[in-house]
Formats: sequence, C-alpha cells, structure tokens
Amino acid sequence: MTISAAARDEAARLTALFRAAGAVPVEADILQPADTLLDLYGEDIRARAYVTADPLRGELMLRPDFTVPVVQMHMEAQAEPARYTYAGEVFRKQETDESRPVEYLQAGYEVFDGQAPARADAEVFAEIAGALAGLPLRAATGDIGILAAAVGGLETTAARKAALARHIWRPKRFRALLDRFCGLTPVPPSRAALLAAADPFAGAGPEIGLRGRDEIAARVEALREDAAAPPLSQDERARLDALLSLKAPLPLALTALEEIAVRMPAIGPAVARFAERLAALEARGVAVDQLGFEGSFGRTALEYYDGFVFGFMAEVRPDLPPVASGGRYDALTAVLGRGRAVPAVGGVIRPELVVRLRGDAA
Amino acid sequence: MSVKLGVPSKGRLMEQCFDWFGSRGVRLSRTGSDREYAGAVDGIEGVELVLLSAGEIPRELAAGRIHLGVTGSDLVREKIGNWTFHCTELAPMGFGHADLVVAVPQAWVDVDTLDDLDAAAAAFRARHGFRLRIATKYHRLVREFLREHGVADYQLIDSQGATEGTVKNETAEAIADITSTGETLRANGLKVLADGLIHASQATLFAARDAVWSEADRAVLNGLRARLGLAADA
Repeated sequence: MTISAAARDEAARLTALFRAAGAVPVEADILQPADTLLDLYGEDIRARAYVTADPLRGELMLRPDFTVPVVQMHMEAQAEPARYTYAGEVFRKQETDESRPVEYLQAGYEVFDGQAPARADAEVFAEIAGALAGLPLRAATGDIGILAAAVGGLETTAARKAALARHIWRPKRFRALLDRFCGLTPVPPSRAALLAAADPFAGAGPEIGLRGRDEIAARVEALREDAAAPPLSQDERARLDALLSLKAPLPLALTALEEIAVRMPAIGPAVARFAERLAALEARGVAVDQLGFEGSFGRTALEYYDGFVFGFMAEVRPDLPPVASGGRYDALTAVLGRGRAVPAVGGVIRPELVVRLRGDAA
Repeated sequence: MSVKLGVPSKGRLMEQCFDWFGSRGVRLSRTGSDREYAGAVDGIEGVELVLLSAGEIPRELAAGRIHLGVTGSDLVREKIGNWTFHCTELAPMGFGHADLVVAVPQAWVDVDTLDDLDAAAAAFRARHGFRLRIATKYHRLVREFLREHGVADYQLIDSQGATEGTVKNETAEAIADITSTGETLRANGLKVLADGLIHASQATLFAARDAVWSEADRAVLNGLRARLGLAADA
C-alpha cells in the first residue's frame, strides 16, 4: 500500500508543530532487534509485528512503533528534560482484518520530564489535541495508575494482588481471577485433591525439563496459602467494579473518584495526581467538561502504559482504529534502562487517518 | 474445464479418503505406476483428481488452484488466515482424528489447568529470567488460544517434529501438539491440561471460495454433493 503524498505532507505538518513546541526531531531504524520487543510484549507482538532474520544479527522486527527505539536513544543521551518528535512508517500484521493497512505512518511527540508529571501529561494531550483541532473526533482518557493502586490496596494476600496486577491488561483473565479470589468459582477437583494429598508428589511422573521440583513445591505451598486465605469481600469487589465501570467527564469523574477513595484509601495518591493533571489540562485550555474519563480505558492496549492514557476516535467512523493514542510509560523506561527509570509520556497520530477524515468532511 | 479435487497423495490418509468417497459411489484411484502421482475418478463426470502432499492442500485451497480439497481441519485453521473467508467446510469425514492440545510434564503436580499454566509461567519467568517456552508447529492456533484464555509470560518455540522430546531436551518447558491416543505424550512424561484442548481435528472436505467456479463447475459440485449425501449449496 503506497503512502500518499497528502499523508506525507500531513506527517511533516505534525512534526513541524511538535518542533515548534520544543521537540527535537529523531529517527529510528526500521529493523529493530526482536529480542527486546519480544521480551517486553511477549508472544502477542509476534502476531502483530513482522519478524525476519539476519545471519549475523539474529531475529529482527520491522518496527511496530517508535516508542522503544526512542526510549533507548533517550537513555543513552541522558539529557533531561527532553522532548522528541518523529514521523515514519510502522508495520503491523493484520491477522483478521484484511482491509486494515499493514504499513502506515505514525507522527509522535514524546516528553521525558520527571519534574512535573501532571504538567507533562497535560502538555502531550494538549499538543496532540491541538494538532487534531477541527476534526470530528471524540477523545477519551483513562488512568492505569489508579487501577494499579486499587489492586495494590485490596485487603488480600500479596500473591493475589500480584496476580491481579499482572492481568490488568487482560480484562477477561482479571475478572476470572477476581471471581476465584472472591470464592465465586468452585475449586477444580484436581486442585482440591492436590491440596488434600499428604504427599503431593506421590505418583508424580519423571522429573524432566528446566522447571525443578523446588519450583513445583514452592507453587504447591503458594496454593496452600491461597486456599487458607479468606475470600476477598463483596464490598471490595463492588468498589473495584465501580472504579472499572466509571464513565464521566473529568470534573465529575474526580468527584466520583474522591468518593471511592474514602473507602479505598490506597488510591488516594493516584487520585491526587489525577486532580493535578485535571488542573494542568485546564491551565492548558483543554475543555475538561467535555473530556471523558473511562475507568477501563487503555486496558486492552499493549501493556506498557502505567498511568495517564488517552485516545482520539473518529466520531462518525467507529470502524476506524483510533486516530491518535498515547499515555505514560514510566515502567517501560525502567525495564529498558536496566533499573534506571525516567518518567515518560507520549502520543502518536496516524497521518493517513487525519487526511481521510478531512476528505470525508470536505 | 473440470472441478479439481485435491486429496493426500499417499499413506493411510489417502486410503481412508478413497474409501470415504468409494462408499458413496465415487471411485478414486491412482493410475500409472506406483511412483506416479496421477489419479482417476469414476462414478461422476467432470471431477479431476489432484494428488498432493496433505500439508500443501490448505495453501492450494487458499490460492484457488484446486476447487475441493481433503485435509485436516487443524491445518486449514493454522495455515490460512481468516480461513472462513477462503474455504467452506463441506463435510467432516470421520477419520484422521487428532487433537491439538497443550501438554506439560506429569511431574508438574501443581499444573492441571490453563490458569495454573499462567501462574507457573509468571513464577518461571521471575526465577529464570526468560518466558516459559512452549514448543509447537501450530503457532497461530496456539497463540490465539492462549491469548483468548489470558495466558501470559510464555513464548513459542518452533518445533517441526519430535516435539514431545523438547521438554526432556530442555529446549522447552511445555508443548502444544497433535495427539490421537496420548500414548507418545505419556511415554515422554507429559500430560494434557484439563482445559488444554485447542482444536479437535479430523479429515474434512473443503471447497475453495477463491477458485474460479464456472456454471458447469457449479453443476458438477451440486451433482457431487448429491452423490455424497450433502445438502445442496445454499
């Protein structure tokens, strides 16, 4: 699929806007080492990115986005605060929808600034929104940080909280885990038999493979502890559900979150950050009364956003993918920086979709 | 012009396929010498037999180079993206049964479900520093299945044969492979997860949507459907 001249012009217009906002233009290799991306995203990325091989460099991937190379580049440069912009092709396999392009442009704006995260969140959102002004788009926001804090504050074992935190991005599995921890799911007979056995290893097959007897014994012990732990209360479950299903314009969402936080104090600091961000967005001139917050927004995206998340969807074309999306990814920088984390937030726009929407409007 | 029917070119699958058609009054046979891949069809006009490697039949169907083809339902799902856009299932044939399953070492007394596998994978990654490896040649089906069930922290390792041995050889921690009786799995110290059935496969007669179907071809297909006792095309 050839990228049109109009889309290239739009990408150039966007990067010019971002440069005017203080961003430094950067480039990234199209061929990226596959192991870093695979380790970060897991098998799912194989279904979504093109993998190829080189006899000397091993497995390589056609870049599925710019985030990882830009973070790596920033970690080497180490200058802060920093703002970057880029535009170029990204490549995504489409396993089920043949009508979607596998090669398209992304124009992005990324901010690395640990001084004032709320202001940086607002800045990225406002820059992206400004660049898209006049298009028939609906914006939505979410906050993975509030969800993570809610999970961390549950009155239950650390193991259960870790299991839930791991699956924030897989809503179905998250729900199944909650059902189990609330005692709503019957214990599978094999599990009951294992826990009742005097010697869980009686009759076990030959020990083969890397996963050793000690690891198996450790998990049996963990299962025993879990079986002995009291179920998660219905009250806590209800509060978590209220949080996940919350949908309101930002100022109303803040009121609702503050109410939930009274009985769920663990989310207090995250709600305070939400309030700061709200103020920063207002200061930037964003019409926050018309900007929606959705408790579950961003849960089905790639699992690297861990704070503020946002997306811009075409109002009259729900069939189109989001025209722009972004969020905060502090944890990703910690993984890529081998322990050294840098607060980071960014967003990308798809120039082809902008051109298409303008054409529809004309 | 004729309707091209692709069937497996050798072995038990070919014999069972010939028997299936034969018992419905359509006689398929190989012609010429034992080594020559040519065939004949008796009992119906306008059908041409094409003998192919079973593994290539999905590709030929997807490309529309054959009109009809007999192959495992697992292979069509694995090898053809959006297979329902490209093929129609005309008839499950009742042989060539094989289940694609997720299997782990019997020694893993703590793992009996996908839920357990997911938890074990998380602990494994934390301990060993890499994702739990699952050996398979059915990448698409396995990945879609594990994604649907929310299993994380695993990676797929390609294994084109002797997959049951990969755990013992420590190139994988678990496998996803086809099994008919489970004998080979047991012999290699493995067990199937209680909810680890990915797909129950059997030999199936498929029609290619993307093949060129002339009026005459459609008439032949309808005749063949009637002969085989299948409902007419809607």
